Amino acid sequence: MAATVTADDAQGRAATAPVARRSYGWLRRAPIHLILVFFGLLWLIPTIGLFVTSLMQPTEFQQQGWWNYLTHPGDLTFDNYRAVFDNQAIMDSLWTTVLVAVGGTAVPVIVGALAGYAFAWLEFPGRDWIFIIVVALLVVPLQMALIPMFQLYNDLNLFDTVLGLVLFHAAFGLPFAIFLLRNFFIGIPRDLMEAARIDGAGEFKIFWRLILPLGKPAIASLAIFQFLWTWNDLLVALTFGRSTVPITVAIFSQMRQFSGNIELIAPATFISLIVPLAVFFVFQRSFVQGLLAGSVK
Amino acid sequence: MAATGDTILARPAPPGGRPPGALRRYALAAAFLAPAAILLGVWVVYPTIHTIIRSFYDRSGDSFVWFDNYQTIFTSDILVTALKNNLLWVLVVPTLVASIGLVFAVLMERVSWAVAFRTAVFMPMAISAFAAGITWRIVYIDDPNLGVANAAIKSVDDVFNPSGVLPQASPSTKDLVQKGGGMELKSPVQAGDTAELGLTAIPPTDIPSNAQQAVTPEPLQGGISGVVWRDFKPGGGTPGKVEPEELGLPGVHLDLLDQGGSKVASTSSADDGSFQFADVGNGSYTVAVSPSTFAKPFGGVDWLGPRLVTPAIMIAYLWIWAGFAMVVIAAGLAAIPRDVLEAARTDGATEFQVFRKVTAPLLAPVLTVVFVTMLINVLKVFDIVISIAPGSSQDDANVLALAMWRTSFGGNNDFGVGSAIAVLIFLLVIPVLALNVRRFRREG
Repeated sequence: MAATVTADDAQGRAATAPVARRSYGWLRRAPIHLILVFFGLLWLIPTIGLFVTSLMQPTEFQQQGWWNYLTHPGDLTFDNYRAVFDNQAIMDSLWTTVLVAVGGTAVPVIVGALAGYAFAWLEFPGRDWIFIIVVALLVVPLQMALIPMFQLYNDLNLFDTVLGLVLFHAAFGLPFAIFLLRNFFIGIPRDLMEAARIDGAGEFKIFWRLILPLGKPAIASLAIFQFLWTWNDLLVALTFGRSTVPITVAIFSQMRQFSGNIELIAPATFISLIVPLAVFFVFQRSFVQGLLAGSVK
Repeated sequence: MAATGDTILARPAPPGGRPPGALRRYALAAAFLAPAAILLGVWVVYPTIHTIIRSFYDRSGDSFVWFDNYQTIFTSDILVTALKNNLLWVLVVPTLVASIGLVFAVLMERVSWAVAFRTAVFMPMAISAFAAGITWRIVYIDDPNLGVANAAIKSVDDVFNPSGVLPQASPSTKDLVQKGGGMELKSPVQAGDTAELGLTAIPPTDIPSNAQQAVTPEPLQGGISGVVWRDFKPGGGTPGKVEPEELGLPGVHLDLLDQGGSKVASTSSADDGSFQFADVGNGSYTVAVSPSTFAKPFGGVDWLGPRLVTPAIMIAYLWIWAGFAMVVIAAGLAAIPRDVLEAARTDGATEFQVFRKVTAPLLAPVLTVVFVTMLINVLKVFDIVISIAPGSSQDDANVLALAMWRTSFGGNNDFGVGSAIAVLIFLLVIPVLALNVRRFRREG
């Protein structure tokens, strides 16, 4: 509470500062404003370029740069998007992306929460050492698993399936999930759990009714990260998919003829961006918090 | 592996010191841990061990070849390029990302619209590296009329190196010879003479729009007059002669050279191609078309060619990760107590001194986190390289993760060398493991 009061005080003082001094400060900071405006725009240009390109007539790609359209946006058209929505292969891959991202998020979150709870609150020998080993698995690069799993997936009939992709993402998302959730769960007051135990609740009930609801902030951050990670994946799907592939791989297979296929590549890429961007804008706070919690993936 | 994990957890404790009900509690813990143990065991631990062993076997996996696969990494041209490029990534990118993030974070603190700026710079973090690659591939298109990077360079370049009116043209007769990027008339001229410079092989699109019918020059008292024109008439015509339907070439830069070859006067042609050098002294001179007339327009930087493809990909990578560094560093900045900074300022420290002596040391842990994270990321960089580098440049843009994938799955199907590259990547990121565990133990 004390901290909040101080912050409010500081704000109050700033608000009553003389107007003259503030405008002078603004002037002195003009170069900073200019630099930030410059870089802010610079950072936006590539994405805007992709979007405008995706709206250009196919015949225009080789004729003029997308920036010419900023002055006459009336010549842009959604025809390319219509063509993409009529493209069965792309639409199938979009659906695969959704399935993989949802499954690849739900599985590690649930499995990670179970394990995180065990590492935080259950007693068993070697608990902290096993936890350190799990955290150590964070640095195992995906590349270490590609070749053996490629062979194993053929035997297990998991090759070219949504389940195969989901389980792979789940496993490689787990070390971070367990790390994040264990560290969050351990901060939950012990008294709450003791009280529940006295009331006769079993460990599973405590987990469902107490830990999961209280762990929401951490679970949200984790889920956002995992969702973006699986939605945006290329490497895993490129290795373990042939016909059941997410949109990244579907676009990738069109890239041999980059400039020839740009009327398909640009809108399909933009469609693939919309979901992650929406997630990012809606959950920006959780995203940043998750990042600060120590993402080392 | 999963079974082993479970047995360890459920193993009966040594007799004596165990409280009642402990076995039941261990079984409970095992139940909570079993799904994670299976996933980690089958998908992470088993393949890791398998890959390490596999890296000592040949392509087919039948014969044990000791370190041959590792030797291949350091001798095959393509893989050595990947090693060199990855070294460049390690040396350049983490430092740049941390520096840019630091500058942005420090500047952002001073404006009221920091949220807008943060959103713009941070946004690329949300999209896939693959989509970012495609986005930048459009940025890097060669043609300055189509690719925005080259268009920006061209607009600056045009100020300093304006392109000539005639990027391509050749003499129409042997009287005119090419010399030093320009052209000059073979036969010398004196005051009162006329000079006719006919040019051909000019594409119709290059003809200046204000060009008019060329005129045969009238001799000029005490000076030299002449014409420069497009000596080409559809359906024929006589080379070296100004004829109807042949256009003068306006804006051509002409020099008058003395016997020693030094420039004594220069002018440019009018709409009908005519030009004059008035008040020329005695002696003979040479009329020349200045090289600037033929200066080629900026043709665009070949971003995705063999030489620049790696730096070009790095720029795109900075675009993605600068926001991450900025946000993490900004959080570190916000955590620095204001009174410490105020105290330093009260003691008379300049802003720069405050930054160097107070802010920077307090930020060191945060900068380390950014740097180490980027180090791991850079060692595994894959998506953005495979999506930006066109097939023809992939050997030049190669990095370890890309080499690993191309060797194993990209048609080569050499699981031996592929495993060895994977192990190498693993070995390179292991030092970071120590750092992580240390950090965890400090925090946990």
